[in-house]
Amino acid sequence: MIELRGLTKRYGEKLAVDDLTFTVRPGVVTGFLGPNGAGKSTTMRMLLGLDSPTAGDVRIDGKHYDHLQEPLNHIGALLEAKSVHGGRSAYNHLLCLAQSNGIPDRRVDEVLEMVGLSAVARKRPKGFSLGMGQRLGIAGALLGDPQVLMFDEPVNGLDPEGIHWIRTLMLHLAREGRTIFVSSHLMSEMALTAEHLVVIGQGKLMADTSMAQFIRENSRTYVRVRSPEAERMREVFLAEGYQPVQGEDGALEIETVENGQAAARIGELAAREGLVLHELSTQRASLEEAFMRLTAETVEYHAHAENGAAPASPVPGANVPPGEGPAGPGHTPGVGPAPGAGPAPGTGWGEGWDDPQKGKGR
Amino acid sequence: MSTQQQYQGQVPPQQPGRPSQPQQTGHAQQQAQPQQAQQVPQQQAQQHGWSGQGGGATYTSPIPPRRTHLGNAIVSEWTKIRSVRSTVWTIAIMFALVVGIGLLSALAMSGGQYTGNPLLSSGLFGLMLGQICVITLGVLVITSEYGTGMIRTTLTACPQRGRVLMAKSLVFFVLAFVTTTVACTITALINSALLSDQEIPSYVRNSSLADSVEGGRIVADSGEWLGATVGAGLYVALLGLLSLAVGALLRHSAGAITTMMGVVLLPLLLAMFMRAEALETVRDKLMEYSPLNGLGALFGTPMLPEDSASGWPLLGGLAGVTAVALVVACTLLNKRDV
Repeated sequence: MIELRGLTKRYGEKLAVDDLTFTVRPGVVTGFLGPNGAGKSTTMRMLLGLDSPTAGDVRIDGKHYDHLQEPLNHIGALLEAKSVHGGRSAYNHLLCLAQSNGIPDRRVDEVLEMVGLSAVARKRPKGFSLGMGQRLGIAGALLGDPQVLMFDEPVNGLDPEGIHWIRTLMLHLAREGRTIFVSSHLMSEMALTAEHLVVIGQGKLMADTSMAQFIRENSRTYVRVRSPEAERMREVFLAEGYQPVQGEDGALEIETVENGQAAARIGELAAREGLVLHELSTQRASLEEAFMRLTAETVEYHAHAENGAAPASPVPGANVPPGEGPAGPGHTPGVGPAPGAGPAPGTGWGEGWDDPQKGKGR
Repeated sequence: MSTQQQYQGQVPPQQPGRPSQPQQTGHAQQQAQPQQAQQVPQQQAQQHGWSGQGGGATYTSPIPPRRTHLGNAIVSEWTKIRSVRSTVWTIAIMFALVVGIGLLSALAMSGGQYTGNPLLSSGLFGLMLGQICVITLGVLVITSEYGTGMIRTTLTACPQRGRVLMAKSLVFFVLAFVTTTVACTITALINSALLSDQEIPSYVRNSSLADSVEGGRIVADSGEWLGATVGAGLYVALLGLLSLAVGALLRHSAGAITTMMGVVLLPLLLAMFMRAEALETVRDKLMEYSPLNGLGALFGTPMLPEDSASGWPLLGGLAGVTAVALVVACTLLNKRDV
């Protein structure tokens, strides 16, 4: 259980983290998503008591980090980019951490075994690959068998096998009832592991919602039609009240909120009008796009706000109630549930989100 | 409590070629029991308006948490200092310099004429170089953590930052003191063995140096022995501790080592160029309080010929400066972001 209340960090003029309030709950993987420079690492450092907040408060299991007497038993953290002395062997690195928290030495061998580094326990991390370095960091996080685990960009730069391993591990740890808080700038990664989602952009909370909810609200569904008679097709659609948008290869894209019936209706319309169609398909935009739209809109909002155009695109402030979600109606055109439309081939990064093999990797 | 069963039943997807997984699974089932603690967090979550999907069963580790104290930090810091090569190298080089140069100079002087310097004073030569190793180690003990990012891991494991600095200081100080004292003692024994039967010129008998001659052999009194062994060890270890504090302040290896080199060498170098009469007082003060003078005085060879100080008062001064530097370092360590 991690609780943030109005957490703020200011570096000079720049507001790195702006009034963050949310709770990371046990039993699920909570994804902490934001573009590079959104303030994820700063937030995590404040959480660990490494940076002191300008304002606000963050507590682990109700306590400030520096009041934890044996912190590794409460929270394990994988910090950014190997926070390890390259010249100290993996075993000794873990040993000194264990000793500082009164954790028995044998636990070091256990975690080394757990992350598959037993064979290189006596080697210096200087020569470790990125993946081995991440494993060592995770071993350190697991050392105290903590209730809360925090991973900062755990899959950055890993090969598919390593990504798969970390994903499986996180899901497994969450199932044991632990609180898992994992940051990433890749929506696709989150879609595969996280059940809950916290999105920040420019230090501000943009969304705090369940993954399913986010997907429901942000998967943009549209029908793609292509015809040799492009101009006539456009007129036909406009006459019917559709709002076609020019797509690639002379295709038209029509946003839809319907459950897969839009394609049928458009097909019927084309037949009635005697239009030759070369393509008619339902497409779903990737979650990655949805995420980019969400974070990009804050920036836009700031620009529009001064012109008084704010009501047109209400931006989710901090603490969005789950029912309404980050992108309410009117926020993103055409957003809505569309389970009937299966992910089209090559839709994008987040396409595998509802794959039954969730967590199995690609 | 249906969520609990859900957690118990689920086994992670099997991974071929990863023997660690089955072990973890057993771990999970074993620990699915103590989940009473979830009540409070779940209520809180609902208060704040979260849906609570995914359940709220919390995990409790079978490893009993223990209250940690300075002892844990000391054990941890000892593991750290002994498990990096820089420690081994700096101490080995310090040893080689102190004992090696001591032996060479004793061999060169042995059989020659007594120069009038105290019997153990040639130990200073090697130690002047050897102290640079101790300074380097003192700086590296802390700055290597900043350089590698290890400091974040360290402070995550032990958020009581003062405790970390205290443990580092104690471990380093004891290590530096013991190794330097041993090296100096060996050198003193070598000097005493090789130089005590030097030829004694006739003028010595009628001068103040007569005290150090006993039965035709040159001897050192207990004060000189103490100064050249324990005193020198303490002095160099304190200098190393000051380096550690400077390292904690600057958080940069090269910067801190350069600063310490300046502290050790500059006062004497500056004094050498202050030839003007008007600067005489400044020059003498620089000489007197130069760290090298403190060390020289402990070996009975102060920089100023008329100075009769034993070196112990300067050692006390160094201890005071080091204590202040450590307090400042600790205050800043607590305040700064890492």
